[in-house]
Amino acid sequence: MSAAVLEKPALEPAPTVRGAGNWRAWLWLGVPLLFVAVFFLYPLLQIGAQSFLDKSGAPVGLDNWRYELASPAVQAAMGTTVKIAGMSTLGALVLGTFIALALSFVPFRGAGFITRLIETVVSFPSFLIPLAFSILYGRTGVVNSVMESVAPGLPPLNFVNDVPGVVLAEIAFYTPFVVRPLLAVFSQVPRELIDVAGSLGSSPWAIVRTVILPAAVPALTAAAGLTFLLTMNEFGIILFTGAKNVMTLPMLIYTRSIVTFDFPSAAVIACLQVALSLGVYCLYRWITKKLSGAHHAAAR
Amino acid sequence: MLLHAKSARFTVWAFLAVALLLLVGAPLLVTFMAAFAGSWNGVLPSNPTLAHVGGALAADNLSSLIVSLQTALFASLLAVLLGTWAALCAASSPADSAVSKVSDAVFHLPAAVPSVVVGLGLLTAFSKPPLLLNGTVAIVILAQTLLVLAFAYSTVSAAARGSDPLIPLAAASLGASRLRVLLTIRLPLLLPSIVAATGLAVALCMGELGATVMVYPASWRTLPVTIFTLTDRGALFDAAANTLVLIAVTVAVLAVIAKFRGKTAVR
Repeated sequence: MSAAVLEKPALEPAPTVRGAGNWRAWLWLGVPLLFVAVFFLYPLLQIGAQSFLDKSGAPVGLDNWRYELASPAVQAAMGTTVKIAGMSTLGALVLGTFIALALSFVPFRGAGFITRLIETVVSFPSFLIPLAFSILYGRTGVVNSVMESVAPGLPPLNFVNDVPGVVLAEIAFYTPFVVRPLLAVFSQVPRELIDVAGSLGSSPWAIVRTVILPAAVPALTAAAGLTFLLTMNEFGIILFTGAKNVMTLPMLIYTRSIVTFDFPSAAVIACLQVALSLGVYCLYRWITKKLSGAHHAAAR
Repeated sequence: MLLHAKSARFTVWAFLAVALLLLVGAPLLVTFMAAFAGSWNGVLPSNPTLAHVGGALAADNLSSLIVSLQTALFASLLAVLLGTWAALCAASSPADSAVSKVSDAVFHLPAAVPSVVVGLGLLTAFSKPPLLLNGTVAIVILAQTLLVLAFAYSTVSAAARGSDPLIPLAAASLGASRLRVLLTIRLPLLLPSIVAATGLAVALCMGELGATVMVYPASWRTLPVTIFTLTDRGALFDAAANTLVLIAVTVAVLAVIAKFRGKTAVR
């Protein structure tokens, strides 16, 4: 903690003269800003414009919006999106906290290797997990064919193409995103503190609850916010599980635009999704800023 | 030491082993075994074959792999170039200045929006004049660039904010021009983070599906799209073989990229 506080310079004079340096800084920033404006912000505005046009490009006012907001498919998709993101985030938080605690505080030989392995897994494609799920537990998968030969009477296992399969795959993929920041925080917790608490008679569970976890609250909150945002936007994993009845907003946008070419409908749903995602993102930024500020103040 | 009792420690380790095996071990192992399986109806696969992996390295699948590599490299380099550029601009201004705040907000934004929406936006905006990009290679590269730009920016700007501001000032006070300070002081100091950002960007681009599947033309099909088509058709073993090839190539590219960081660390 002290290093982070020390890093903040004690109000150094700015190296450039404000007035002269300002327009120059803006000019330099202009090149990458222009790229984002042309290829990201302008397309988003175009989606917004498309949501007020019909398929032939004629303006229809609020008709698309009225129709989509009243449609049960869109309402259900919003619910499904938040539900799946919530369950996946909760699962990843619980599992990730356990893995990080075990790796940090119940050390064993090879813990370093495991940590590196977890860091490598993050760079693997997300569809690796649903693919493996389909091979193992799919309708014609390994587990089902083994079960059929052992106990022919049992009904086949069929959770991969449904909500549980998607949630399990997302938990598996996003848990490393929780483990990594927690490992960084846990390495800062002084070991003497834990030894003292233990010698005073605190049970391991009490030490975790009163000493370790409070130090990890900002990191946990940040990880939860990020995971919720990413799982809400997740598309590849759901597409790969082939779950026809897991219709989240990204899946609905894909289906409406690429499969049925209904771009006005896709545009309205995309606007809803962007509003939802940006809302969560702003909340995440605000909370992490607030928590890290409070934490720095407490450390001082 | 949190747990003193041996039995408690062993219990935790057992749970940890199960969790890691299910999370990390099982998907990799299953994909690996399926890639070499002729059939898999028992507990273990049978009739081992190289046909699936051979197929993944031939004809259409091989060209998908090359398309993926080219797209990922182009998109990553463009994203790292733009991200580093913006990070340097932001780091040159005080942290509470408007320049820093605007650049922080704008360059983090694309990561908060779903990849499908990024693809839909490009499709909606560039299927009509003034700029027609629909059906070109450029639209795929642009989509992937936007998706990794935020990661490149945040990696480099964190390093730029953490670096000592006095070193470039010292060089400038000794008479080095702005360009010289940039090329010989600031960029070399940031090289480890630039290399890390490139590696991350390549890995993300190689596995990107959401935006690519929205915008790709038939002539420029990346490997993840091909793998999805195979899975959709039920050719799971072929999909597994292609996934294995994708992971192997990604790891190899990352190893090459990491070499650059190794050299700079020695210097």
